[in-house]
Amino acid sequence: MTVVGAGVVGSAVARELARYPALRTALVDARDDVGDGTSKANTAILHTGFDAVPGSLESRLVRDGSRLLAAYAADCGIPLERVGALLVAWDEEQLAALPALAAKARRNGYDDTVLLDAAEVRAREPRLGPGALGALAVPGESVVCPWSTTLAYATQAVRAGTDLHLNCRVARVDQVTGAAGHHVLTTDRGTLRTRWLVNAAGLRADEFDLLLGHRDFTVRPRRGQLLVLDTPARDLVRHILLPVPTALGKGVLVTPTVHGNVLVGPTAEDLDGPDAKDDTATTAEGLEGLRAQGARIVPALLGAEVTAAYAGLRAATGHEDYRVRAHPAQRYVTLGGVRSTGLSASLALAAHTLDLLTGAGLDPGPSAALPPIRVPDLGRTAERPCVRADLIARDPAYGTLVCHCERVSLGEIRDALDSTVPPVTPDGLRRRTRARGGRCQGSHCGAAVRDLLRRAGGTPT
Amino acid sequence: MNTSSTSTDTNDSTSDSPSGRSGGTGGTHRDVDVLVVGAGPAGLAAAARLAALGAGRVEILEREREPGGVPRHCFHRGFGTGAESVDGPAYVGRWTAAAERAGVRLRTGVTALGWTGPLTLATTGPDGPAEVSARAVVLATGARERPRAARLVPGTRPAGVFTTGELQQSVYLYRQDVGRRAVVVGAEQVSYHAVDTLRRAGVAPVAMVTEYERHQASPAHATAARLRYGVPLLTRTTVTALVGHGRLAGVRLRHSDGRTTTLACDTAVFTGDFVPEHELARDGGLVLDPGTLGPAVDMSFRTTRDGVFAVGSLLHAAEPAGTAAREGVLAAVPVLAHLAAVPGTHRAAPVPVRVDAPLRWIAPNLLATATARQPFVLRTARFLDRPVLQVAQDGRVLHHERLRGTAVPNRTVGMSAAWVRDVDPDGGPVRITVLGTTGGTPTPTEPPAADGGTDTP
Repeated sequence: MTVVGAGVVGSAVARELARYPALRTALVDARDDVGDGTSKANTAILHTGFDAVPGSLESRLVRDGSRLLAAYAADCGIPLERVGALLVAWDEEQLAALPALAAKARRNGYDDTVLLDAAEVRAREPRLGPGALGALAVPGESVVCPWSTTLAYATQAVRAGTDLHLNCRVARVDQVTGAAGHHVLTTDRGTLRTRWLVNAAGLRADEFDLLLGHRDFTVRPRRGQLLVLDTPARDLVRHILLPVPTALGKGVLVTPTVHGNVLVGPTAEDLDGPDAKDDTATTAEGLEGLRAQGARIVPALLGAEVTAAYAGLRAATGHEDYRVRAHPAQRYVTLGGVRSTGLSASLALAAHTLDLLTGAGLDPGPSAALPPIRVPDLGRTAERPCVRADLIARDPAYGTLVCHCERVSLGEIRDALDSTVPPVTPDGLRRRTRARGGRCQGSHCGAAVRDLLRRAGGTPT
Repeated sequence: MNTSSTSTDTNDSTSDSPSGRSGGTGGTHRDVDVLVVGAGPAGLAAAARLAALGAGRVEILEREREPGGVPRHCFHRGFGTGAESVDGPAYVGRWTAAAERAGVRLRTGVTALGWTGPLTLATTGPDGPAEVSARAVVLATGARERPRAARLVPGTRPAGVFTTGELQQSVYLYRQDVGRRAVVVGAEQVSYHAVDTLRRAGVAPVAMVTEYERHQASPAHATAARLRYGVPLLTRTTVTALVGHGRLAGVRLRHSDGRTTTLACDTAVFTGDFVPEHELARDGGLVLDPGTLGPAVDMSFRTTRDGVFAVGSLLHAAEPAGTAAREGVLAAVPVLAHLAAVPGTHRAAPVPVRVDAPLRWIAPNLLATATARQPFVLRTARFLDRPVLQVAQDGRVLHHERLRGTAVPNRTVGMSAAWVRDVDPDGGPVRITVLGTTGGTPTPTEPPAADGGTDTP
């Protein structure tokens, strides 16, 4: 069994398959880390699926996945805060759209929405800008750490026996037919023979599908630029503040993060051209637009320092729903068009993939319990190692801070470098520890961090 | 003193303060007379002076492993005065020695996490979490350069992007390879130090870029960079994007005539644009000045909380090491006065000092009965040729002053404090306005912002 793509979806699938010791599973990715594509640059929201297209596969998988991930996060120490969302109406048209959204939520199996009038909105979100006419509250929406989630899936899969191959781009796929039929994957790192194949290649899922002769969809990347605001902004925002979708588009959202920041974004820019799938550049217009729109939603945000700005690409296909399809004759499943809800749906999508595989004839054999894991809890509400006397008494490295802005200790960095899925770049280390992720962006600790990474054998570029 | 003695400062606020979770599993508690946070020039000088003047137990907390602050990675001369000019490490070495001679307890590798009482800080370090209570706290946490993201420079996020501080640490403290061709963003004093560091590291500085019409450094530095090292200075030029995946491939620029170009380089250094490291001050609920973004202080370095003082680049980011150290020395007198005073002595509400654009900020920015005198320092957002500054309170003009020479952005502009005695302690904010400049058209006086805010670009 081979899963192509170690993003949040592919890693979740690998973890699901790792329950079956009789399956020998490989998880391959072209990049040097898990979750290094679309999965690392999103809004970090765990959606209830209240606004999905009713009856769609996405609706069902987001709804189920959301519950599964909330439970999984609690088990593994993935930071998650159920802050709830408010869809804020800023004009009469948006206000008029709220009851229909509540009805749509009910059709998606979500019954907990509450319509709020202007005074109630102001009471719940006191820093909101002038002109909010009302809102639809969606109390089930949560914020989660996207990096820990992918890392937890991949770590658990690898510990259960999955072979993780990074820096391993698949260039071609050849079919050997017959009873002992299999696929031969030609990769950067040699040849991989596999009987079963899952395409979780995200932005490149269409290109991979083509290697197997399918032209079901085309991925047209939709760029989303985001601003991360420094921690003092966190006190200004209590809920995920969602725009009300109208004919003119979706608008941007403002959301707190589990790490104690505030995110503003994303933009939605459909990209074309040969380099579109690599175009994760932010633009002056994009960033200025986000500043202005964020300040309209919560004016006090304008005074906040920007910690980071980045852009992610969603795997949009022009279709309303996921492009998930089993090809039993090829022993192949495609998980395409998972645009922006991959994180929320990941665990349900993994279970669904297993169903599709068994439906196509896979006999996974008996299942075994996965080894339980804990990931470092990087949430703002967690007790960090640097304040734990017991931990520091045993190992002073937990009291030796390297990254001051995010209070990351030498012990945590060392643990990450020694972990099951270790980082090889400063950015990979940041996603595991938050080192260099704060307001100074490595101005104080960047040189020290690169030095630690170099000693561990990484590529401290 | 290294016991878990109870102090009046570890009161019930400990339990519900987020930073009060420091112990959890049992931290230690100490009491000192003066606690200084930050062992840069300002903190070292303040502690050395206080200990020498008999302030009692004086302790400095320094989160880095070595004392010295920013100068510890400034391997260029110019620290200290005249013939005694030395490089940064040697300069702060002297202050460290002076502090230790005076009996200061210097605790490096120890971070102040937050406040658990009015004059009590939660700390952590390799010895574990602890609480330190003091009779006076001096904040000397310094400043940092704004990194690329905070300047909203668009583009990709490749490796090879530094601030001067990170560049100097990489080159001097860790001997890392920092690239081949570098663009230096900024043309103030620190930018020229970045050029020097790059050259010493074998990196070719291919250009300096500034949005201003001129450099903002000393003429000697600017001339040397341009003529001796051949580094062109691109004025009125904006960095519009960074390009490259993995490693930086170039910097896209827009020139004053609207032309855009891309300079190929694998390193970019974002220099200057300092902001105070004010997190501890903010966490403690001290009032921050809207212009400097550091804690608001009066002429005795007193913040808005009784017993908490602040010195150095935290107050006005950033100043030369000598200026910061001088403030540390000056602050010793008011700190001693506080230690000698009866606790709870009534202190009148200070009068804030505000500036109008194109001035960016002024420090000190509170006026109260002062026990120390220091001149005011200001910053401007524009070049101003021999500007006339007007000081007024509630429409009453207190003072006019024509500054000599040109007020230069990113450089300190000094202003006399003689008018302070004429300020009405019960009046409204004092406002500093630019009335005009010589030779050119008078600068239009912008209407004062209602919130007293300043023009922060």
